[in-house]
Amino acid sequence: MFDIEKIRSDFPILGQQIYGKPLVYLDNAATTQKPQCVIGAISHYYELDNANVHRGVHALSERATAAYEGARKIIAGFFNARSPREVIFTRGTTEAINLVASSWGGANIKAGDEILITHMEHHSNIVPWQMLCERTGAVLKVAPINAAGELVIEGFDALLSERTKLVGVVHMSNALGTINPIASIIGKAHAVGAKVLVDGAQAAAHLAVDLQALDVDFYVTSAHKMYGPTGTGVLIGKEEILASMPPYQGGGDMIRIVTFEKSEYNDLPYKFEAGTPHIAGVIGFGKAIEYIQGVGFEAIAAREKELLAYATAKAENFEGLRLIGTAAEKACVLSFVLNSVHPHDLGTIVDREGVAIRAGHHCAMPVMQFFKVPATARASFSMYNTEAEVDALFAALKKAQDIFA
Amino acid sequence: MFDLRDLYQQVIVDHNKSPRNFGKLEHFNHEADGYNPLCGDRLHVYLNVNDEGIIDAVSFEGEGCAISVASASLMTETLKGKPVSEFQKKFEGFQHMVTADLDEEADEAVMGKLAVLSGVREFPSRIKCASLCWHTMKSAVEDSSKVAKTE
Repeated sequence: MFDIEKIRSDFPILGQQIYGKPLVYLDNAATTQKPQCVIGAISHYYELDNANVHRGVHALSERATAAYEGARKIIAGFFNARSPREVIFTRGTTEAINLVASSWGGANIKAGDEILITHMEHHSNIVPWQMLCERTGAVLKVAPINAAGELVIEGFDALLSERTKLVGVVHMSNALGTINPIASIIGKAHAVGAKVLVDGAQAAAHLAVDLQALDVDFYVTSAHKMYGPTGTGVLIGKEEILASMPPYQGGGDMIRIVTFEKSEYNDLPYKFEAGTPHIAGVIGFGKAIEYIQGVGFEAIAAREKELLAYATAKAENFEGLRLIGTAAEKACVLSFVLNSVHPHDLGTIVDREGVAIRAGHHCAMPVMQFFKVPATARASFSMYNTEAEVDALFAALKKAQDIFA
Repeated sequence: MFDLRDLYQQVIVDHNKSPRNFGKLEHFNHEADGYNPLCGDRLHVYLNVNDEGIIDAVSFEGEGCAISVASASLMTETLKGKPVSEFQKKFEGFQHMVTADLDEEADEAVMGKLAVLSGVREFPSRIKCASLCWHTMKSAVEDSSKVAKTE
């Protein structure tokens, strides 16, 4: 049973007023709010367990290590990784992609190879591959999207070949809400011998992900988009691929033996975790996952679908509004432009009504170029949003229209 | 509390809807590009400075939010017919106005119509919208080939 009041009460930040109006937080695609249990877990760590992990022999270090490695197990279970050794903690999705592009890409990509991405990627799943192509002489290919903001499957198929060494695809688009058919993409990519990296930054809080069933090579996401803290995320990769990859950064924790002549690298996952990690962040991440598990994906998905349908119907009946991103398979994102009000003016005006939305290119400039808009306004929903909040958004949009009437 | 209407005053709404001096000049001897990648605002300014050093024609084209379009429109009105030697002072005056402390009233005697833009001070993320056109004009006046940015 989905108890919205209970869920809202788990998020202390939601109770406040902005300019005298109740906060309506609809910028969840940028970052989600944090439940008290996550905030509490981080405080608990700093108040009672703070110590460095892995090599301390004292009680605090033992506790910190247990909590840190406990989070790794929770995350491995949540994504159904084969083992916690496949779970590498990073600063976030961006660093995870850079890790793969730099380490795996550096070892496996050569001149003439192709990397295939899609037109709806976030900059973080474009730029690291561009940089890799510049370094190696490989070629970046971009699969097209259609007017609904969906991947054009025939276009993708036409670009996929034996030359393709890696396919980088977003699971759910942050700018459009589109959910990509990653299972079939992975199957096709593997058929030509390409590896697949799925950018799960936006999807992981909304969709259940079973990495073994998907047979994906690399899945990356960020804690802060799934009710956890900023500054931590994961790369989950197949163990045999990760084991064959050279280290990304050198330093403490990623080594076993160091001499001035040579260093012997540590086992997975530590080989890719140089330096003291964001221990509190990882512990908070684990707690956030437990929170999602407590509510349950079935309930979350059903609730979010309901809310998106409600908001979409309102948008379709709102005069002068053009939805950007109308994919048949989409979640939680309402990206749009109004014919009389620029997205930035809209963002400022609705903010004064307590409504937080995003206006801009959403770090997906090629998407804006495709739809020939400089920017869009984006309302993005989460499990704690309500129909009343959607109503507040549209009332605020009306107010903006009136100012420019 | 600061009212939204103080930012989106009628003057701004009006200049956004019907920008003055919009389009490319037929004859010009200075021009520059301005771009704010955060917003996607793009601006191109043209001006013609005659032998007496007077800005005898000025225009802009591009796209942006109401604040940036209105600011560019008002800027062209302010500069038209003025000696180009006064530009730097006007530039500094505008910069000061949009970044000054909230309790400092804009000096309408000096700023004229531009004073309507003083409201952006309340909206830190929007100051660059108002100032992009001035930075772009500065590039044009100085004949800088660099694309103007607000940062």
